[in-house]
Amino acid sequence: MNAPHNWRQQAQRYLLEGVQCTACDHRMFPPRRVCTECGLTSMRPNRFCGGGEVYSYSFVYHPPAGHEEFAPYPVALVRLDEGPLVAAQLTDVAHDDVAIGLRVEMVTRRVREDSEDGVIVYGYKFRPAIPPARR
Amino acid sequence: MNPSVAIIGVGQTAVGEHWDRSLRDLAVEALLAAMHDAGSPRVSSLFVGNMLAGELTGQEHLGALIADFAGLPGIEAVRVEAACGSGAAALRLGCMAVGSGAADVVAVVGVEKMTDRPGSEVTASLAMAADGDYEARQGLSFVALNALLMRRYMHEHQVTREQFAPFCITAHRNAVGNDRAMFPFAISADDFSRAKMIADPVSLLDSSPVCDGAAAIILTSVETARAMGRRAVRVRASAIGTDTIALHDRRDILELRGAATSAARAYDQAGVKPADIDFFELHDAFTIMSVLSLEASGFAARGEGVRLGLDGEIGLTGRIPITTMGGLKARGHPVGATGMYQLVEAALQLRGEAGANQVTGATLGMTQNIGGSGATVVTTILEAVA
Repeated sequence: MNAPHNWRQQAQRYLLEGVQCTACDHRMFPPRRVCTECGLTSMRPNRFCGGGEVYSYSFVYHPPAGHEEFAPYPVALVRLDEGPLVAAQLTDVAHDDVAIGLRVEMVTRRVREDSEDGVIVYGYKFRPAIPPARR
Repeated sequence: MNPSVAIIGVGQTAVGEHWDRSLRDLAVEALLAAMHDAGSPRVSSLFVGNMLAGELTGQEHLGALIADFAGLPGIEAVRVEAACGSGAAALRLGCMAVGSGAADVVAVVGVEKMTDRPGSEVTASLAMAADGDYEARQGLSFVALNALLMRRYMHEHQVTREQFAPFCITAHRNAVGNDRAMFPFAISADDFSRAKMIADPVSLLDSSPVCDGAAAIILTSVETARAMGRRAVRVRASAIGTDTIALHDRRDILELRGAATSAARAYDQAGVKPADIDFFELHDAFTIMSVLSLEASGFAARGEGVRLGLDGEIGLTGRIPITTMGGLKARGHPVGATGMYQLVEAALQLRGEAGANQVTGATLGMTQNIGGSGATVVTTILEAVA
């Protein structure tokens, strides 16, 4: 991920900023210009609170290039409290503790190995909202 | 609608790890075989289905490249890309060209050369079928997206991992009778339950392999085919449906709405219903995709797709035979070529040339080629012409 690509997604990856339709109040992440609910095109920024629960999960044993150092790592679809699903890695959690329904919260973490052009890519991951005692 | 489009020639290379073969070489072999099978007609247009040539072989511009090396310089030639759905999407454009009268005889070839790059790079490239910024760059491999689907399916429908085994076992059994298949050997339920995990709960034996291959078809109008005196397989329907690119943007991830839309359009074009289909070449990139495809296409109710496997309905003599020549799992899944392999195999079934794997009395066959986690779905219905 090169510098401009990294830079223009700061609000999404550091702040979990999506949009809310001003016509029907539907909230979406990531941002888009056309409402998936009503089809209108009037949006305002909407920052999600970061809380949610695990909707589905997996453990990646064969990672794509750039993610090898973290493998095996847990990934999940997280149902945010405001409604949308987000695809992300889970962190700070024992694999045995990952389950559908687990309460999680967004944190900022390094999401991949340093790229050739030296950009360190940070982004969102999710950890248990009430961390297990063993952590 | 493609009321009058016919397949008059098919060709395919063996699927496998072709260390000694280039992308252009594979494509040209399949294309020349299809042209020979069609009686060497004069081809006016070429559509090339391919997903990853730029990423994995450093070659774009496949339309001109393959036309050039196939000895067809000067013809109209373009590449079509719709991730793993590229092959059947290319055929769809070929049908539009013939059906509209824009072209007389059209060649379609699907080709993929995947094995030149290391596994982690191939894994990263395949993830480009998903949402690059919001799935792939979060570290979700393409296998992981299917694992999220399978895990949720098991949770909602109280199904175990072992219950997906018949899809793998059936594909491997059928591959034994296909001399083009990558894995022509049997797999047992024990093998399946012991297979190593790729992305839990998706194991190696839920997954189709990385490989190379090319398959090609020659299309013309039914009238031209008749005038040429060629035996033909008629394209009764060819329909593309789409869904959100990302899994997380779907209202219900287990619905596979793109498949439901594409299948409904195809049934409507052909004027048929699921019960009329004699066999179904579905997109078994992962066992969960087979299950969701059967449900979305009307062969099983929601949550009942695994039952078709457990009840023995998917074998060559079952109610709805699938993956009759090995499917993506055991014939192999050279991604951009896969849709064309499905179509070539379906045409061979309808010509009665499927050998040991012939579905007795098959007159109406369906294929479904899926791009991404269901974002592009191409459903094609073929009919034997008496």
